[in-house]
Amino acid sequence: MDSKGIIQELTPIFADILDQPNLQLHPDSNASNVDGWDSLAHVNLVVAIEKRYGIKFALGELQDLKNLGEMAALIRKKTSGRQ
Amino acid sequence: MLIQNLPVEQLLQKYKQIRRELLPQALVPLRIAVLGGVTTNEVVNLLELLLMADGFQPLFYQSEYNRYYEDAVLEPEKIRDFRPNIVYIHTHWINIEQYPSLGCSEKEFQLRLQSEMTRFSSIWESVQERVGCQIIQNNFEHPPLPILGCLDSVSWGGKTRFVYDLNLEFSKAAQAHPKLLIQDLNGLAASIGHAQWHDWSRWYSYKILTTPEASLLIAKSLAAMIGAMLGRAKKCLVLDLDNTLWGGLIGDDGIEKIQIGRETGVAEAYSAFQEYCLSLRERGIILAACSKNDLETAKSGFQHPDSVLKLEHFASFKANWEPKHENIKAIAEELGLGLDSFVFVDDNPAERAIVAAQLPMVTVPDMGSEVAFFPSILQASRCFETVALSKEDFERAESYSANAIRSAIASKFANYGEYLQSLHMSAEIDSFPPIYIDRITQLINKTNQFNLTTRRYTLAEIEDIAKSRDYITLYGRLADSFGDNGLISVIIGRREHATLSIDLWIMSCRVLKRDMELAMLDALVERAKGADIERIVGYYRRTAKNAMVETHYGKLGFTLEAEADAGVSSVWSLSVPLYSAQNKYIQTRTLVHG
Repeated sequence: MDSKGIIQELTPIFADILDQPNLQLHPDSNASNVDGWDSLAHVNLVVAIEKRYGIKFALGELQDLKNLGEMAALIRKKTSGRQ
Repeated sequence: MLIQNLPVEQLLQKYKQIRRELLPQALVPLRIAVLGGVTTNEVVNLLELLLMADGFQPLFYQSEYNRYYEDAVLEPEKIRDFRPNIVYIHTHWINIEQYPSLGCSEKEFQLRLQSEMTRFSSIWESVQERVGCQIIQNNFEHPPLPILGCLDSVSWGGKTRFVYDLNLEFSKAAQAHPKLLIQDLNGLAASIGHAQWHDWSRWYSYKILTTPEASLLIAKSLAAMIGAMLGRAKKCLVLDLDNTLWGGLIGDDGIEKIQIGRETGVAEAYSAFQEYCLSLRERGIILAACSKNDLETAKSGFQHPDSVLKLEHFASFKANWEPKHENIKAIAEELGLGLDSFVFVDDNPAERAIVAAQLPMVTVPDMGSEVAFFPSILQASRCFETVALSKEDFERAESYSANAIRSAIASKFANYGEYLQSLHMSAEIDSFPPIYIDRITQLINKTNQFNLTTRRYTLAEIEDIAKSRDYITLYGRLADSFGDNGLISVIIGRREHATLSIDLWIMSCRVLKRDMELAMLDALVERAKGADIERIVGYYRRTAKNAMVETHYGKLGFTLEAEADAGVSSVWSLSVPLYSAQNKYIQTRTLVHG
């Protein structure tokens, strides 16, 4: 799965948590340009993404990410080698 | 909407949508101030959904992270102005300030304990004085890094020891102050374990100490406490019968074949669930039965001698072929209770689903289908939470504990007879009835030690013997003040004219030295007399395992007739007319079967 595919999979999760059914996400989406992506939503997003992919982000791993594209790349890295 | 069974990630991801759906049913306003030593948003969001599902419309005030003391003691106006119905003080082991150092003396330990208690008491007192509402304070889970290992729970320098003592002080404080309730966080953490409780990366990232699963557990426990406090606790437990209260189908298998009692692991698990239901009843929960069966057939299951639950324990009993949700409605009308106080337990997921769909106000826990886990699943549902015992509950509990004390006092005896007397033993001794054929065959084929001849029999042979006029058969069940030991002894006597040969005599070792063999012999002689038998002959055949009964017949008063190979086998006899009964301590009764 490429980053674009992962962003597609992430969209319904973000749409649920941010309560925006028609949300569109892009590789350059980030907390400053997506409405409602605040620190409280962020905690819920991380739980949902970790459960969705069966992964656990290491401490600090998310801090340096600039946008959703980088997050997707990180998810891809953490899930690579799996079915 | 059914949110009780949703996993935590679903509740968090769909929080806003679920909240919207629950709004129309969230009618009873409730204001809760949450003062946290950690970030509390996750617990609060989950609690909000759970309370809304229970019909409340909760509004929350949350202190800033770790400002619980300041908010309560230094600036209580903010909380007072919020006018809460409940103040919840949510602190973890990590918020304790006065932990002892490793070399701490007892005196210093006590001072530190006092000082920690003063800090928390001042929070409770301040809330009480300025706000005057119900306070829920949780106690503490064990610190996850006991530096002294097991000694940490013992030493004055142990953090674990400090938490033990502090939790005890919290319990005492709650007993003294009716407006202070303790949420047993320690019990919650233990129920899933430290590894599932703490999430250190969330702690360092967001000051949330717990995993999402632990947060849900905390929220569920809190919702149950609040529900119980505000009269929402469940009152009636509706139980399916087949494969819920016993194994098998009473309609197909009959009372002989259903699984209940002590004979197999499966039977024991059903008995344990019946006992759990009975203990709920003793606590004041009303039991009702709801089964797809003919009424009389369904009721017959409770005549099984091992059934813990009896018909009289059920306030309402519905067995018919109508849909279960119709029957549950009828039960509610009959008992004059609201359906929202009902819990429905059934092993069949299809029955659970239709009841949940047709009667959304009834609580339907996801029981799975494995009876061994029914008690813990029902317990974890927290349906029957209680925040106080009524005076009646209390008195009942007292009379139970008086019994326990009596039996503890009785543990010193002048002699063995006095001990046997204290057991208040009663035995049921009778010829083989159809209902016990399975158990009798099983016991015969697995008993090695208390077994005079070590003969083995098939089920069919036992069935034939039970029907034959050439045999006198006896089984024995023994109960005592500690409970029922079940079917534990069997004798098969074969008659030839005026002589009865004891082909088999076995007993389970769990009732050794209880004089059960005397009670069995008394019963055997009585039957022999009734059948005009003059002489009873017993045989001993040595095996690798049955040395314990080598002198069995001698001890009972039999005369040695013959012996072969230095005691490897022996023959003994007893005169029936000269025999007088020997059992003194066991009250025997004979049941009339069929």
